[in-house]
Amino acid sequence: MSSLSRDDVAKLAGLARIEMTESELVELSSQFGMILDAVARVQEMDLSGVKATSHPQPLENIARPDVVLPSLSPEEALSGAPAQEESRFRVPQILGEAE
Amino acid sequence: MIQQTAAQMADALAKGETTSVELTQAHLDRIAAVDGQVKAFLHVDSEGALAQAREVDTRRKSGEKLSAIAGVPLALKDVLAQKGVPTTAGSKILQGWRPPYDSTVVSKLKDAGVVIMGKTNMDEFAMGSSTENSGYGPTFNPWDLTRTPGGSSGGSAAAVSAFEAPLAVGSDTGGSIRQPAALTGIVGVRPTYGAVSRFGLIAYSSSLDQAGPFGRTVLDTALLHEVMAGHDPKDATSINAPVPAVVNAAKSGNVKGMKIGVIKQLQGEGYQKGVQTRFDESLKVLASLGAEIVEVDCPSFEYALAAYYLIAPSECSSNLARFDAMRYGLRTGDVDGASAEAVMSATRDAGFGREVKRRIILGTYALSSGYYDAYYGSAQKIRTLIIQDYAKAFGKADVLVSPTAPTTAYKIGEKVDDPMAMYLGDVATIPVNLAGICGMSLPAGLADEDNLPVGFQIMAPAMQDQRLYQVGAALEAALLSQWGAPILSKAPALGGAK
Amino acid sequence: MALPTYDEVIAQWDPVLGLEVHVELNTKSKMFCSCATEFGAEPNTQTCPVCLALPGALPVVNEKAIESTILIGLALNCKIAPYSRFARKNYFYPDMPKNFQISQYDEPICFDGYVDVEIDTEEGPKQFRIEIERVHMEEDTGKSLHVGGATGRIHGADYSLLDYNRAGIPLVEIVTKIVPGTGKYAPEFAKAYVAELRDILRGLKVSDVKMEQGSLRCDANVSLKPIGSDVLGTRSETKNVNSLRSVERAIRGEMIRHAELLNDGKKVKQETRHFQEDTGLTRSGRSKEQAEDYRYFPDPDLVPVTPSATWIEGLRATLPERPSLRRKRLKEEWSVPDKEMQAMINADVLDIVEATVLLGADPTKARTWWLGEISRIANDQNVAVADLSITPADVAELVALVAAGELTDKLARQVVEGVIAGEGKPSEVVAKRGIKVVNDDGALMAAIEKVCTEQAETAEKVRGGHLPAAGALIGAVMKETKGQADAAKVRELLLKHLGQG
Ligand SMILES: [Mg+2]
Ligand SMILES: [Zn+2]
Repeated sequence: MSSLSRDDVAKLAGLARIEMTESELVELSSQFGMILDAVARVQEMDLSGVKATSHPQPLENIARPDVVLPSLSPEEALSGAPAQEESRFRVPQILGEAE
Repeated sequence: MIQQTAAQMADALAKGETTSVELTQAHLDRIAAVDGQVKAFLHVDSEGALAQAREVDTRRKSGEKLSAIAGVPLALKDVLAQKGVPTTAGSKILQGWRPPYDSTVVSKLKDAGVVIMGKTNMDEFAMGSSTENSGYGPTFNPWDLTRTPGGSSGGSAAAVSAFEAPLAVGSDTGGSIRQPAALTGIVGVRPTYGAVSRFGLIAYSSSLDQAGPFGRTVLDTALLHEVMAGHDPKDATSINAPVPAVVNAAKSGNVKGMKIGVIKQLQGEGYQKGVQTRFDESLKVLASLGAEIVEVDCPSFEYALAAYYLIAPSECSSNLARFDAMRYGLRTGDVDGASAEAVMSATRDAGFGREVKRRIILGTYALSSGYYDAYYGSAQKIRTLIIQDYAKAFGKADVLVSPTAPTTAYKIGEKVDDPMAMYLGDVATIPVNLAGICGMSLPAGLADEDNLPVGFQIMAPAMQDQRLYQVGAALEAALLSQWGAPILSKAPALGGAK
Repeated sequence: MALPTYDEVIAQWDPVLGLEVHVELNTKSKMFCSCATEFGAEPNTQTCPVCLALPGALPVVNEKAIESTILIGLALNCKIAPYSRFARKNYFYPDMPKNFQISQYDEPICFDGYVDVEIDTEEGPKQFRIEIERVHMEEDTGKSLHVGGATGRIHGADYSLLDYNRAGIPLVEIVTKIVPGTGKYAPEFAKAYVAELRDILRGLKVSDVKMEQGSLRCDANVSLKPIGSDVLGTRSETKNVNSLRSVERAIRGEMIRHAELLNDGKKVKQETRHFQEDTGLTRSGRSKEQAEDYRYFPDPDLVPVTPSATWIEGLRATLPERPSLRRKRLKEEWSVPDKEMQAMINADVLDIVEATVLLGADPTKARTWWLGEISRIANDQNVAVADLSITPADVAELVALVAAGELTDKLARQVVEGVIAGEGKPSEVVAKRGIKVVNDDGALMAAIEKVCTEQAETAEKVRGGHLPAAGALIGAVMKETKGQADAAKVRELLLKHLGQG
């Protein structure tokens, strides 16, 4: 039986940027064993030599011409912003460095 | 008036026997009367709808050539962006958000003069099969208000079933149009992947999502399908080919000489008795209409559910990363000194429901280094095998069929704490999504044990959507003559007058 | 303890480099949407649902960006993949609206290339081949403005303001294989590599390649291993290296920093460092608790890029001459000294000088005009030479007029001013302004006599055979004639007048 420990779930929640309470972590880790057992069935078949499909339709080379079209107005762009200042999105202090 | 089909309403509008304003108002009145019980809508845009109706009446008066369903009102699943109208995808994290743009589907509806009355309830970000995962409370099945209408497009299906709208738009990632259509006794189609633009459709699982039509008849559904579909340069996965002639097919239902394949893996064990019985009877009806029924074997379908529950969560874990409290939507925890990182995490905790978090975590796991090949990679290979199974099956049959869902509508709350049981309800619909082909569900009657609707699923190869309508219309006509009246006439009355 | 000197470092350690260069393409629209890409536009005026990652929006690839990337790959001697895909690189950061970057992962569009570079050393010119691992497409992030705190830097800021105009601008990332064997010239070779890339990209006209504006950015990976060892050391990755000089300084500085740690028996931390222009040192980035797991997977919103051989060969046919070869050729054809050649490259006038020469102008004269007077005016007006309204044809005409004796250099400068001021072609400016050379020997002789009287002492020196003193007199005569005399003619008459003819 597969399983994910509470700490595994905590690590995943960190990667996914979801704050979780202790009880949520515990609940999820207990549900995960069952879910992982079910999805792990994909490993039951012999898949050697089978190609992966990531696109359901065999499309290729779909591109657009390098043409400028009107953008949103800054008012529209910022219309949903939780906070704004000087036509920019205002966000709390950023701790980590950019990539 | 609201009991008519969309085709009849369109006809009355064309003949000047009614106006779009009148028709729209009648539906708004019906919504006011019964939606307190059904809760199909998250937002009713009465003013906007009446303004659109007035406009289309004016266009008609001026002699403009209009689409076949111009002036007919419609309910829109809240997963599609509509400029200036609240759009939430059923999530608290988008509460109050009004898009500054229209999805392509909405643009096409507006161009066609279809009146959008409001946004319908859904499982949050389309993750669910019962509409119980909505951040705004469940929708109730008009056939039995203690039961779910299915999902995730449960609001749209319930609205059509409860005569709140003659037409509705849903989206189908793993069965989210076909399954609620089955559970509410209406017709729903998931078009071929790439046939309807995904631009403006809030993404759950990009390689599986597809918007599609709901109607009370096969023809109504085709009329809406024709308006929604078509190539869109704003969607790189959109197919650049003419829309199949679905309306013609719906008008000339016929199965004489057709081969209809029954998928061995999608029947029998695990299917409710009444569901299986109605399905078998429908097969006999088709045979009596001149179709040849053959059995086909799709062995890898056994793994479809597992593959789906890896692919969809993986894609959603990435698609939903944009809901981060920075540019739009909910922001919580923004207290003095809180960091952006902390605000993101707090907001995503507060804004997402349990099922959404569960799938994000599962997808994050399936994509993480060291597990990718075993999970996401294997799931994509299963996908290849399913495509190959379909190709072989379509070599033997023009369309494939199965029950749409293993059971009729279940009680609200019955499966919420058991995600695996809930996931099993999608077993018959998911293969279509994984292969990117098209599928329809139409009513096959009521199950004997509970008098609730049973869905009959038809599947056709990619861009052969017209075959769904051709077969669906033939079966619908034959069943209607058996029943003597549309199936919805057997549903209990809601609210006040029916 | 004192830092080791560079000589001490290289006596003991062998540097291994790895260079990642990000280039912003100069397409008109963004990588995945139709927003404009103008530098310096008002905040959030070049954004749309796609580049703001509004719910429901979808990316569509810019065809020109694909072509530009293939061109870059071809110019860097790469193979072009017949099948390549976009992948999502997942990580959260407020300047990246989708919280994933669309990039390429294990299926880049170009791979396995090389760039040959050359440097001058005290031991003579040295060549080196830098091998390219991959060239791939991706998208830029938005820009953040950090408010509050002392420095305007991210640390200590109260909050940040985001402008997404830059989000989604096409980026091409050029990654080298690990580069061992540069020895003590590692910093110079690295700088020469980035300079060569810049010249190649400029020649392809696919990017503005302005390091100061960030359209070309370099990350430098450095590690040290003991000389003679095969075992690679731990590397550091220095970001934000925003000038050619900084490339050299950053690598030299990191080599010294690593050596100091290693000499002390300490370990080099594998980390990201930030180059600081003011000190020339790097500082540690905030170290992450755990290595980031980007969870790459093929982007389901985009379809594979499968360039046909015809497409690729069509692009190959448009490749310009390789800059290093072209420079070599022009240097020989024009017999230009190294320094002047470098000056032309730095001033970005090589193309325009070549065009002028092709119209018949003498290479030295053409170069002198473009690099001298015209560059000076461009500088004064704070515009690029190419943006002035003077053309290679104008300069060729000017050179011809001077050669025919119809203009002196000084008069020709007035003509240049006129052309730039929009007064017409050189001949038209000459006519309109009534500029003409004073060729009348009588008038000239009068001026010469006047000057020789006024500066009798100097005239006497020249008479006595001290010819360099004639310069002052010639200058005075030119002034007397308001520059309208031909200097060569003045010299001839003056020397004759003073018995030195
Ligand atoms: Mg990169
Ligand atoms: Zn944009």
